[in-house]
Amino acid sequence: GWDKHSYGYHGDDGHSFCSSGTGQPYGPTFTTGDVIGCCVNLINNTCFYTKNGHSLGEKRRVFLFLPSQSNLYPTVGLQTPGEIVDANFGQQPFVFDIEDYMREWRAKIQSTIKRFPIGDRLGEWQAMLQNMVSSYLVHHGYCSTATAFARVTDTTIQEEQTSIKNRQRIQKLVLAGRVGEAIEATQQLYPGLLEHNPNLLFMLKCRQFVEMVNGTDSEVRCFSARSPRSQDSYPGSPSLSPRHGSSNSHVHSTGADSPTCSNGVMSTKSKQSHSKYPTLSSSSSSSSSSSPSSVNYSESNSTDSTKSQQHSSTSNQETSDSEMEMEAEHYPNGVLENSSTRIMNGTYKHEEILQTDESSMEDSCPQRQLCGGNHAATERMIQFGRELQMLSEQLCREYGKNTVHKKMLQDAFSLLAYSDPWNCPVGQQLDPIQREPVCAALNSAILESQNLPKQPPLMLALGQASECLRLMARVGLGSCSFARVDDYLH
Amino acid sequence: VFCFPLKGPDHQTLLFNYGAVQNIAHLLVSTSYKVRMQALKCFSVLAFENPQVSMTLVNVSVDGELLPQIFVKMLQRDKPIEMQLTAAKCLTSMCRAGAIRTDDSCIVLKTLPCLVRMCSKEKLLEERVEGAETLAYLIETDVELQRIASITDHLIVMLADYFKYPSSVSAITDIKRLDHDLKHAHELRQAAFKLYASLGANDEDIRKKIIETENMMDRIVNGLSESSIKVRLAAVRCLHSLSRSVQQLRTSFQDHAVWKPLMKVLQNAPNEILVVASSTLCNLLLEFSPSKEPILESGAIELLCSLTQSENLALRVNGIWALMNMAFQAEQKIKSDILRGLSTEQLFQLLSDSDVNVLMKTLGLLRNLLSTRPHIDHIMSTHGKQIMQAVTLILEGEHNIEVKEQTLCILANIADGTTAKELIMTNDDILQKIKYYMSHSNAKLQLAAMFCISNLIWNEEEGSQERQDKLRDMGIVDILHKLSQSSDPNLCDK
Repeated sequence: GWDKHSYGYHGDDGHSFCSSGTGQPYGPTFTTGDVIGCCVNLINNTCFYTKNGHSLGEKRRVFLFLPSQSNLYPTVGLQTPGEIVDANFGQQPFVFDIEDYMREWRAKIQSTIKRFPIGDRLGEWQAMLQNMVSSYLVHHGYCSTATAFARVTDTTIQEEQTSIKNRQRIQKLVLAGRVGEAIEATQQLYPGLLEHNPNLLFMLKCRQFVEMVNGTDSEVRCFSARSPRSQDSYPGSPSLSPRHGSSNSHVHSTGADSPTCSNGVMSTKSKQSHSKYPTLSSSSSSSSSSSPSSVNYSESNSTDSTKSQQHSSTSNQETSDSEMEMEAEHYPNGVLENSSTRIMNGTYKHEEILQTDESSMEDSCPQRQLCGGNHAATERMIQFGRELQMLSEQLCREYGKNTVHKKMLQDAFSLLAYSDPWNCPVGQQLDPIQREPVCAALNSAILESQNLPKQPPLMLALGQASECLRLMARVGLGSCSFARVDDYLH
Repeated sequence: VFCFPLKGPDHQTLLFNYGAVQNIAHLLVSTSYKVRMQALKCFSVLAFENPQVSMTLVNVSVDGELLPQIFVKMLQRDKPIEMQLTAAKCLTSMCRAGAIRTDDSCIVLKTLPCLVRMCSKEKLLEERVEGAETLAYLIETDVELQRIASITDHLIVMLADYFKYPSSVSAITDIKRLDHDLKHAHELRQAAFKLYASLGANDEDIRKKIIETENMMDRIVNGLSESSIKVRLAAVRCLHSLSRSVQQLRTSFQDHAVWKPLMKVLQNAPNEILVVASSTLCNLLLEFSPSKEPILESGAIELLCSLTQSENLALRVNGIWALMNMAFQAEQKIKSDILRGLSTEQLFQLLSDSDVNVLMKTLGLLRNLLSTRPHIDHIMSTHGKQIMQAVTLILEGEHNIEVKEQTLCILANIADGTTAKELIMTNDDILQKIKYYMSHSNAKLQLAAMFCISNLIWNEEEGSQERQDKLRDMGIVDILHKLSQSSDPNLCDK
């Protein structure tokens, strides 16, 4: 307490010293056996000492510099030889009821937050809150909810319904792990978007690869009485989506109208990444035959259609399913919600056709297998991987080195090194929750391309609040320790 | 949910007997705050100054948790103030009733600090009042609690703010609140006095701290003259606690002439105030109190004499005690005044008082009156007959050792007087009594008796030879010889 920037409470006279040789009467003297404590409050920049659990009184305006902005070191001074001190920093419970003290401050901070004045702009406040909710719903594609909300609150939504629904569909595809389909849909509905966003495309394709690895378990399960586990272990549909693509074209040929013809999509796709590849199939969900045999692009269409026709003929149900599915995809009108299940069913059936390997139909086996254990699927997946690699190299040439891409690729490929990718060190990639950032990125890109805000205000507000708290912590403003964004989220 | 005003022990017992306790206890954990609060209030009223209820409450439990623990939880700082205060009151009542020990951590580390926090400037007026009053009640009889409270959060300084209310820095933002507080500011003052009184009841250091607080004596003096009787009483209590300090009596009390307003308070005061005030006066009249002279001039003697006639025992004790203090090493005039004011009838009345304290103090008074030779002679010359009668009465009556001892000391004092001696020497009855006590089984009495003899036969005085002869004739010498061989060293020396 005598030295500058030091603060002390002396046991011989009970005086408090703040960077001065002259002390002020503060509390009682203390001696052997007493438990002396010190509490520094970084919120209001005060400190107080305690004796045997009793607070001796807060001291304000004690510190020359704010303790939040400089380092303070606890110190104990001893005078007599042989003196012993026991220091407690919380490893033992404190004698002073510090928990209660914290409760008080937590309550104060939360009260400040709760009671923060809005001021005169009450009317505006209401409208703003509504906008927050509405924009959030729209952003995430909750079309019907957003519409209902708009109706009830008598507000309007800026974006067109069809647009919202399109985005919703794409988001759902990504979240279901059907990235290939999502890519295809994106190219269909928002041509050029992915071309202008090579990083985004790369991320999507990496994700697609991971989903391929995720395998065919659910595909297997769809045959058991049990309902498919979830949408997560979705069969590597992209690789098998020639059904899709072909179905697309199939429908096309039957004259169903589609805003963007899959042909067109296909062609774009091929132009973009696959012109270099000797191997036929674009990795996208659009045209690619499952067989590794190289097929000329121009032929692939017809080939595919042929195939599809072949296949569709083998199973009426399948066709009808696929038809239904197509309808669902191309006639977005509220059917979408239901269609997702149907899509799944339909695709399952597709995969079934492909499988020659009965063994993979065993659903009693608890262990998931790469690509569902389907040989053809695995081959397709590996091929896709190669394509992905080459894409990466191409991007490297065009745009320079990208460590992020490299890591993504490395992580994705690492999955192949383990017999049980789900439980390997990089296995968390396979967690469906990893689809969310990809989905969000794609969604934002779509919005941006439509000149719509790519982040809803609610997310911005949350982000700002979180960042604010982080900043406060760095700078040493104590109140942030009692405020958490999570407290206000459900 | 019920909401009834419980007043007094009768209602308390009534409800208690109906087994309401357990039912109300369950309401303490209700999901509704209002219900919890009502139940808590109910307990606070039930337990107040009711040891029986308090003792029972301590063992009641709800969902495996004892009531005291539930109350402690309600003391937490993030609970509404109302809840904290009421829970503290419950625990205080239980502690004062003896159901919870004063060194229990729930009192020392939870209840006490909570109540101290209630006294903070930021709290509302009624919260500060109730907090201070409850705390005063809690620590009233325990010096350790008083010490802890005195070092917590600078309480003594914090209370000084009670006298500054409402100040310019008060956090009052609406007129209604300001108006209310102005009307009730005196409540703050009386609460502060009460708490100071409790704080300073036993510890000298605490008293010092209190008196050294800015303007404390002035505030007390002002408080003694306030119109509100509540404030006056609280101020007297505060003064009383502080008057137990010898040092303060000599210094601060003198500087501030507290005796004047105190004397005023004593005029026509209700008994409650009288008891405390007269007690304070007692302290002020101790020998080393410089206040003594002025007090006498303001008619203290008459007042005190009238107190000795009160039906209220405490008042009688205080009255006679104060007179006794007053007489100690006092001037002749004062002694005469006292005797005159008291009148011999009153004196005899007091000597036959049923309460031994009164008796002892009366004897003490007599002893003080009969000190220094000229005084002794003077007094005995005017009141000798009555006094001897009184002495005889006591010695013949059934009394404990202390009383008899005092009486013998009085005799010894009388024996010291030049002319007064004769009153003893010519009184054979008394002489026989003295002789009797010299051989009494109790050493104290023997000593006292020997004092008498010693004074009577003192060689340096005129006529000592005759007296010695007479006593020898009585056989005193033989007894003396016997005693000189006694095993008790005191007796031996004598």
